[in-house]
Amino acid sequence: MSRPILEVLHLTMRFGGLVAVDDLTFTAYADDVTAIIGPNGAGKTTVFNCLTGFYRPTAGQLTFHGHEGPVLLERLEGFRVPRHGLARTFQNIRLFGGMSVLENLVVAQHNRLMRASGYTLLGLFGAASYRRAEAEAVERAHFWLERTGLLERADRPAASLPYGEQRKLEIARALCAGPKLLCLDEPAAGLNPRETAELGELLLELRDRHGIAVLLIEHDMSLVMRIADHIVVLDYGRKIADGPPAEIKRDPAVIKAYLGETEEEELPPEVAADLAGSGGGG
Amino acid sequence: MAAATGVLVPRLKDAGLAALVAAVLFLPILGMETVPGADGRLTLDFHFHIVVIGAAVVFAGRLAMLYLSRGRALRPSGRSGVVAEFVSRHGTWFGLAGLAFAIALPFLPFASRYTIDVATTIVIYVMLGWGLNIVVGLAGLLDLGYVAFYAVGAYSYALLAHWFGLGFWSCLPIAGLLAATAGVLLGFPVLRLRGDYLAIVTLGFGEIIRLVLINWHEVTGGPNGIADIPRPTFFGFPFTRSPAEGETPFHELFGLEFSTLHRVVFLYYLALALAMVTNLFVLRIRKLPIGRAWEALREDEIACKALGINPTNTKLTAFALGAMFGGFAGSFFATRQGFISPESFTFIESAIILAIVVLGGMGSQIGVVLAAAVIVLLPEVGREFETYRMLLFGAAMVLIMIWRPRGLLAHREPTLTLAGARGGGP
Repeated sequence: MSRPILEVLHLTMRFGGLVAVDDLTFTAYADDVTAIIGPNGAGKTTVFNCLTGFYRPTAGQLTFHGHEGPVLLERLEGFRVPRHGLARTFQNIRLFGGMSVLENLVVAQHNRLMRASGYTLLGLFGAASYRRAEAEAVERAHFWLERTGLLERADRPAASLPYGEQRKLEIARALCAGPKLLCLDEPAAGLNPRETAELGELLLELRDRHGIAVLLIEHDMSLVMRIADHIVVLDYGRKIADGPPAEIKRDPAVIKAYLGETEEEELPPEVAADLAGSGGGG
Repeated sequence: MAAATGVLVPRLKDAGLAALVAAVLFLPILGMETVPGADGRLTLDFHFHIVVIGAAVVFAGRLAMLYLSRGRALRPSGRSGVVAEFVSRHGTWFGLAGLAFAIALPFLPFASRYTIDVATTIVIYVMLGWGLNIVVGLAGLLDLGYVAFYAVGAYSYALLAHWFGLGFWSCLPIAGLLAATAGVLLGFPVLRLRGDYLAIVTLGFGEIIRLVLINWHEVTGGPNGIADIPRPTFFGFPFTRSPAEGETPFHELFGLEFSTLHRVVFLYYLALALAMVTNLFVLRIRKLPIGRAWEALREDEIACKALGINPTNTKLTAFALGAMFGGFAGSFFATRQGFISPESFTFIESAIILAIVVLGGMGSQIGVVLAAAVIVLLPEVGREFETYRMLLFGAAMVLIMIWRPRGLLAHREPTLTLAGARGGGP
């Protein structure tokens, strides 16, 4: 295994009497696509919200090896997390709907551009350094638009895009923030099979060509099994399995969590079969 | 004809309901009149026939409306969106044409002291609208107490001039700075609030400032206000017939006949200049990262946080800059009137400025100009109607909001385009 990028140690999150995440420990590695799976309500999104500073964990330590060396995420205010190189998307897409696609991507580079604009003062007077920085920002946006196939849409309002493209745009926006680790909350939800396949390709490309690690919450098991290097399985806030896909597929605890109980309504039978069976693989 | 009766009954019901509501409203408004009785006491006169006529008119009107619109509710116009798009796409040209007109206005044949005065008022409201647009239109923070900053600016100038003898030009930046500080002071406690809650706190803040002005007798003069605020000078040359010892008045400087109109025209141009500074600033800052962050914050605060935008600082800058322009406008107001009192800074002013922003189309610069003109001119035009002036004003507002619920010019152009930014595109 390679260098760790994210080390989660004994993470616990309580909401009053409800324990959403219970003593979770796992490590994500820098050259991996790590997937967090589990039935609905298992606490996956809560883990994301703890990582990205939206929740302050009740207990635990979250070490992130970011742009400026290791930081403890649980001590950072939410808006300070991204500048260390951790970007995320949301389960229910959160775009700046009234703004154009390109503007969405430029806003993602806010902190870099703020510095370049001399915290607005230089920018007001049209300093050359700011114009250069803005051109770079547009180039970066252009790059990721091309990668996600949204180049044609650049000047359209984000809200006018079809659903699948909005998902892609949200990922492109997170990428424009310059992450080392990209956290995706159900990126394939609502995508058709072709779009899901493209998403898989994109995530593998990020890992292989751009050196961006991916942490992924996903219910689409065929996608997870195909692209994940490492899977963490949660059930009722507890980790029940952790390992490469091949191992997870055979894990009796996982099979029980998905098949043996009644909460797996969100899993269509063919997906459950895919998870339990030996087909697919990646 | 079964289909006809099928629509007739619900329409009759609808019209009947409207007539009933109207009758209830008309009963006290039109149906009762207080008249002095024989023994000097007030007695009520009833005019029930007027109520009946009024309700009948509403009934007929509602029925006619239902038939004309074929049962559909009054719908916002779809076509005017094209106009809005056209205007904002060629915003620069419309803006320049408007500016040229504004500059030429005092020299046009119909220009009188009255027109220039009204134009000055419009320009001031335009400036206030542009200032508030930063807070409401761009950053999406509903501010119902904007007049507080206007008051801070006005009193800053008046007090600095009164106690320290400072002139208008040196007070202008100080007033802006003080108003911006007030904006930050208001901003800090209310940053966690959103939407309605924020609106209520800002409303309270506006009232607090006004009450402080009323009650802090020793400094602000309380309800009496501050009089004898120095009038502006043309860079040191006063607009007076007989200036003080050693001063050259404006008309002698240019060898003109003395006229009180000079000062009116000068004030107009001063307001125009201040407004243009505001406009250039807002146009510019919209295209800077902070401006885009404001708009992003308006669209989705959580996504902003996930992208590393500090919502606190971003909102505070919006509050501070919006307040600063309110402060500039306030200083101008003080020097124009020569007298200020808390009376001038009531909630209705905040409401009017907000109405201008909303009516213009949130975030639209040209929209604000149109809306300010509409809001200032409507009551002026309606002066002949005397009692019914505000009724007409209200009706016009309601009609505009039905016709264009998102404002007169609600179309938004992106702050940068891929083709534009990359010199012709790929």
